[in-house]
Amino acid sequence: MRELPRVVITGIGLASPNGDSLPQYRRNLLEGKSGVVPYNIRHVGDTFAGVCNFDPLRYQTRKEVRRGTRAGGISIWCAQEALKDAGIELASRDRARVGVYIGITEHGNVETENQIHEVAQYGFDLSFWSHHHNPRTVANNPAGEVTLSLGIPGPAYCLGGACAAGNLGLIHGMQMLQLGIVDLALGGGVSESIHTFGIFASFRSQGALARHDDASKASRPFDRDRNGIVVSEGGCLYTLERLDDALARGAKIYAEVRGYFVNSDASDFVLPSSKGQEACIRGALAHAGLGAEEIDIVNTHATSTKQGDEVECEAIRKVFSGTPTRVNNTKSYIGHTMGAAGALELAGNLPSFEDGLVHPTINVDNLDPACALDGLVLNEPARYSRGIDRILNMSFGMLGINSAVIVERYRN
Amino acid sequence: MTRDEIVLAIKDIIATIAPDEELGGLELEVRLRDQIELDSMDFLDIVMELRKRYGVQVPEEDYMQLATLKGCVDYLGPKLESKALVLTALKG
Repeated sequence: MRELPRVVITGIGLASPNGDSLPQYRRNLLEGKSGVVPYNIRHVGDTFAGVCNFDPLRYQTRKEVRRGTRAGGISIWCAQEALKDAGIELASRDRARVGVYIGITEHGNVETENQIHEVAQYGFDLSFWSHHHNPRTVANNPAGEVTLSLGIPGPAYCLGGACAAGNLGLIHGMQMLQLGIVDLALGGGVSESIHTFGIFASFRSQGALARHDDASKASRPFDRDRNGIVVSEGGCLYTLERLDDALARGAKIYAEVRGYFVNSDASDFVLPSSKGQEACIRGALAHAGLGAEEIDIVNTHATSTKQGDEVECEAIRKVFSGTPTRVNNTKSYIGHTMGAAGALELAGNLPSFEDGLVHPTINVDNLDPACALDGLVLNEPARYSRGIDRILNMSFGMLGINSAVIVERYRN
Repeated sequence: MTRDEIVLAIKDIIATIAPDEELGGLELEVRLRDQIELDSMDFLDIVMELRKRYGVQVPEEDYMQLATLKGCVDYLGPKLESKALVLTALKG
């Protein structure tokens, strides 16, 4: 097989419940600041959510915000911020060679619920059903809105990968660069899920929606008393470039994407499988040509459900037991940002290459013995004496999809 | 509604669906789409708002009647005669 070009991350645009930029987000991860707040949504009532606070009018007109979707708005914010961070002016580029690849857990529920709610006020007279429904609900909507807003005529679409989707956007962007299909990829994932009551209601019916007296403590992976997921919105898009292109323009390089793997449990609609997850981790290590002991941080997917966290810990234990690898979790601060999770949680860890710290998993008051992994960083940041060179990010989703991405500090 | 109120009703609908537009200087007899940025989806929004706010159904063959503010007043006058003005975007 021919040698594929190396691909690097040169810009990061993000919208997190606890930060609209990487520096702010990182600071809050090191200071233990949660972005989860009390939230009320129709039919479900009072619950919790991770809510983003970026200003959509920075990059969109009021009409564009009104016409588009929240996922589209988050995508536009992230794309613009990533390009700015990367120092890339699209005007000086061949825009047809720019690809937009956005992972989504789901898309369209928000608008469909809104329309059903609307026509219900009019006795289900469908002449009140909006002509905006289809363009807002098509599965490429978030990526398509980015192309409209930025005038990008290149390939742009979404990748449906349940809660593994954020990693898929990044992986696919890398592949398209390696195949020479595009010269710049905007890849990552987004989620507007907090605007659909159905997702909250479904998790609640499943017994998997977080409950707690304190919103900031509701998402508590690995804690003995964890009781479910906090649904969050968010997004993260990376500018990805071939290493040679990035070096030629003197780009700042956050990390090299060293390897990845995607597989399926093929065992259950909802329940995860440590066997499938272990295979995914081992697949990513093999793809990167690395041993487990060479990974410095494993950023877990754990969503704060009883069974999910345990299953993941079992997979991690099998691969990383006996290694000095540190393990952490970002959902403990921001809840589950669904389609954004993989990309956004990885972003929160990239500054480790610079500051040498591992952000902790917060809200662990009583560690569940089933989750007591070697190397788990709890409640306070840890400095890793040997330095941090490689991070493995995991994201899993319903129907048994697993994804893992390994990034490495870039050294020339 | 009076004719002036109908103009206000239409401007309020436009202000809702095209909130970035300046509507103060709109001419009565010039096509709306030549004065402000309105596309076909916006136009369908206007028709939808007339339906929701005033219960007025505008059949597709009559859409051209709504091309100017004066056209709106002439066409909608009889249909809105007994309706009360609803202001949302321009309220206050």
